[in-house]
Amino acid sequence: MELEFIDKKELRTKLKELRNSGMDFLRELIGMDWGDEGLGVIYLLENSTTHENVGIAVRTTDRKKPTIPTVCDLWKVAELYEREVYDFYGIRFTGHPDMRRLFLRNDWVGYPLRKDYNPSEAINPIRLTSEPSEDLQRSYEIEEEKEFEAIAKRENFMHVDEYVINIGPQHPATHGVLRFRLALAGEEIRKIDIHCGYIHRGIEKLCESKSYPQLLAFTDRLDYLSAHQNRHAMCMCIEKAIGLDVTPRAQYLRTIMDELQRIDSHLLMLSCAAMDLGALTAFIYGFRDREKILDIFEEVTGGRLIQNYNIIGGVQADITPGWENKVKEYCTYQIDKIKEFEDLFVNCIITRNRMRGVSPLSLEDAISYGATGCTGRAAGWACDVRKRHPYALYGEVEFKEALRTHGDSYDRMLLRIDEIKESVSIIRQLIDNIPAGEFKQKTKPIIKLPEGRFFAAVEGSRGEFGVFIESHGEREPYRVKFRSMGLPLVACMHKILKGCKIADLITTGATLDYVIPDIDR
Amino acid sequence: MDFSIITTAIDNLLRSHLPEQAAILTECVLVALCLVLAYVVLAIVMIFMERKVCAAFQCRLGPMRVGYWGLLQVFADVFKMLIKEIISIKRSDRILYALAPYIVVMSSVLTFSCLPFARGLQALDFNIGVFFIMATSSFGVLGILLAGWSSNNKFSMIGAMRSGGQMISYELSVGLCMLTMVVLGGTMQISEIVEQQLDGWFIFKGHIPACIAFFIYLIAGNAETNRAPFDLPEAESELTAGFHTEYSGMHFGFFYVAEFMNLFIVAGIASTLFLGGWAPLHIPRLEGFNTVMDYIPGIVWMLGKTFFVIWLLMWIRWTFPRLRIDQVLVLEWKYLVPIGLVNLLIMTICVVAEWTF
Repeated sequence: MELEFIDKKELRTKLKELRNSGMDFLRELIGMDWGDEGLGVIYLLENSTTHENVGIAVRTTDRKKPTIPTVCDLWKVAELYEREVYDFYGIRFTGHPDMRRLFLRNDWVGYPLRKDYNPSEAINPIRLTSEPSEDLQRSYEIEEEKEFEAIAKRENFMHVDEYVINIGPQHPATHGVLRFRLALAGEEIRKIDIHCGYIHRGIEKLCESKSYPQLLAFTDRLDYLSAHQNRHAMCMCIEKAIGLDVTPRAQYLRTIMDELQRIDSHLLMLSCAAMDLGALTAFIYGFRDREKILDIFEEVTGGRLIQNYNIIGGVQADITPGWENKVKEYCTYQIDKIKEFEDLFVNCIITRNRMRGVSPLSLEDAISYGATGCTGRAAGWACDVRKRHPYALYGEVEFKEALRTHGDSYDRMLLRIDEIKESVSIIRQLIDNIPAGEFKQKTKPIIKLPEGRFFAAVEGSRGEFGVFIESHGEREPYRVKFRSMGLPLVACMHKILKGCKIADLITTGATLDYVIPDIDR
Repeated sequence: MDFSIITTAIDNLLRSHLPEQAAILTECVLVALCLVLAYVVLAIVMIFMERKVCAAFQCRLGPMRVGYWGLLQVFADVFKMLIKEIISIKRSDRILYALAPYIVVMSSVLTFSCLPFARGLQALDFNIGVFFIMATSSFGVLGILLAGWSSNNKFSMIGAMRSGGQMISYELSVGLCMLTMVVLGGTMQISEIVEQQLDGWFIFKGHIPACIAFFIYLIAGNAETNRAPFDLPEAESELTAGFHTEYSGMHFGFFYVAEFMNLFIVAGIASTLFLGGWAPLHIPRLEGFNTVMDYIPGIVWMLGKTFFVIWLLMWIRWTFPRLRIDQVLVLEWKYLVPIGLVNLLIMTICVVAEWTF
């Protein structure tokens, strides 16, 4: 992957130029610590119509008070991305309206992803007091005379007299430990403040001290409902770097597994949406069908949720005899049952009233927030990585990229059903033609990536999942960054939910379908 | 069979051995004991029924381990609930917090005592019975509001405000439907309303307006009992548990039992007002059939009809998703109340013009 290094002073002009020339999708914003060369940020941009990619990098040598101009007015998703970089690298983005930590506690000392970070427990002991809510939004501006000197400006986010309630971290509808602080006026939502990081495990930092085959174990534990796809992306990235070709049999198996995983995830989303809306019977029906996929997974991979199936150079295990027939039977069964689910829940008048027109995301916003996956496609954005940058067998199979136009909760849900049908059709095209041959290739016992930066992306269950690796030729990567599918979805929530009811927050959360370990990493 | 034979016999027995006031006091205690016993037994039956019905709808078996076919499960749960600690909440309004569950249960037991289970088997029966039911059933909302207010919890507060808005609104539709049937029956005494249905249930006698009233009553009654699709006050995926979030042990148990018994009461009133209460099914000019039906005791009829309506309500509960608060209120004020009012007018015209059967 090529990067163009740009001087800090020209960064905004250059990026604005790129933004105006059609680079409207900020795929990834990666904080970097290049040691003596300073701290920096890498921007991966894409043109949402021509799918052309550009990589821009910027760095600053000041390690004490590093500043970089913000881009959150160009790409809205940068608002959270920059907070993440601030959290882990301490880079202050001048002009950003809300420079608070995103994942770590407000009283954390130091910036953990810097190479010179001291992990000593004396500095950051396990704190037994609850974290004081930080309502002061710091923002840094450039002062004219003293060039690039940051000064702090403070603003209050939640006022004292506001009715603030916490949805989460322990709440049945956040599907994990995410916390929303809502300011309410009666039932209406006035402000949303998102607190992430309750299960942040520092996987990206951990990756820097592990060898490449060891990295694979982490990917399944990000978005556990896209376990196959995540691991697929990681394997692809490493295979790309060392120039390893995967056998056709492995490609077939990877593609089929990816699609089964997608059906699994979408079924879970549909049933959880039903549960969040109070339709418990529909929830049980969806889970009943999902169990069948898990059985299919278990037979080949030995795992139901975390499967550890892809490995560098192929897949872990060959399929069992007769497995294809089970998959085919399942496809027929699922098409039949999805009809039942539609009758029971999707076409129900109450569901329609609860979801139609609720929290619509416009096409521009979807791109600006980088809300890929079903959320983006429901808004009409053709953002499917399988079509944009075909990988594995997606260039060869025939499938339609399901698109809808309203971008509201109801469309987001219907799109999942469309995609389940498409996935079944992809599986049906592949399942009878799995070629004979090896299912994995021999690799060296110690894998070393050549120096450089590598990026691979797959279509995860809820959006684009990307893996970025910077290698300095060692056994361990210098920097690993995962593109989260959920973070952009959470980023757009405050925009689409303003003025909605509490119940709409639940509907929207269910249809955006974020997975917390993927946000928190 | 007239149940009053037994009650009169007991009354005479007591009066012959005790001074009058002591006799009345003893009777009151006896009646209260019977009521509470029936209340608890029915609640246990209903909880078990809910689990099994729900399981059937969801292709599951439900409780199967404790006792044969899971029969002892509910008893185990009740026992667990009884031995659980009642937690006191910091900075809650202690008196109101402790009072709230009793208000809810009291309202529910009072309404329960108006239900006619068979001829003569009715604790409270006087000439404004329908009004009494409306009054007692509606002060349960007070308990819910107090529970939400006194818990010092923002979720409870929102749940309580929701239930206040919802239950008071739907009270209107329930009242209108009851009045529609009072117009048809021409009396407010529960026992007389049932007597009048011996030759034909009101839902047949009042034909179209009675059917409309029955449907509105089922919807509004469902909302009155805070059950899905109208379970917004406790919407567990939004407000964790709404107004009873902070309650534990038997205080929570009271809310839980009262909710189930309110379902029974709503169904019981529906069967009394629309489906003839303990009156057997009679078809005019089918003497043989009618005689056979008469052999089935009234209490079986009453409980059968009530559980049928309960089953209908459970079917609804386990099928539909939940509404949003504005949709709940729109449904009531823009649709049910106007339809109910027009329906009351239609019924009045029908009765005046003698277009009833």
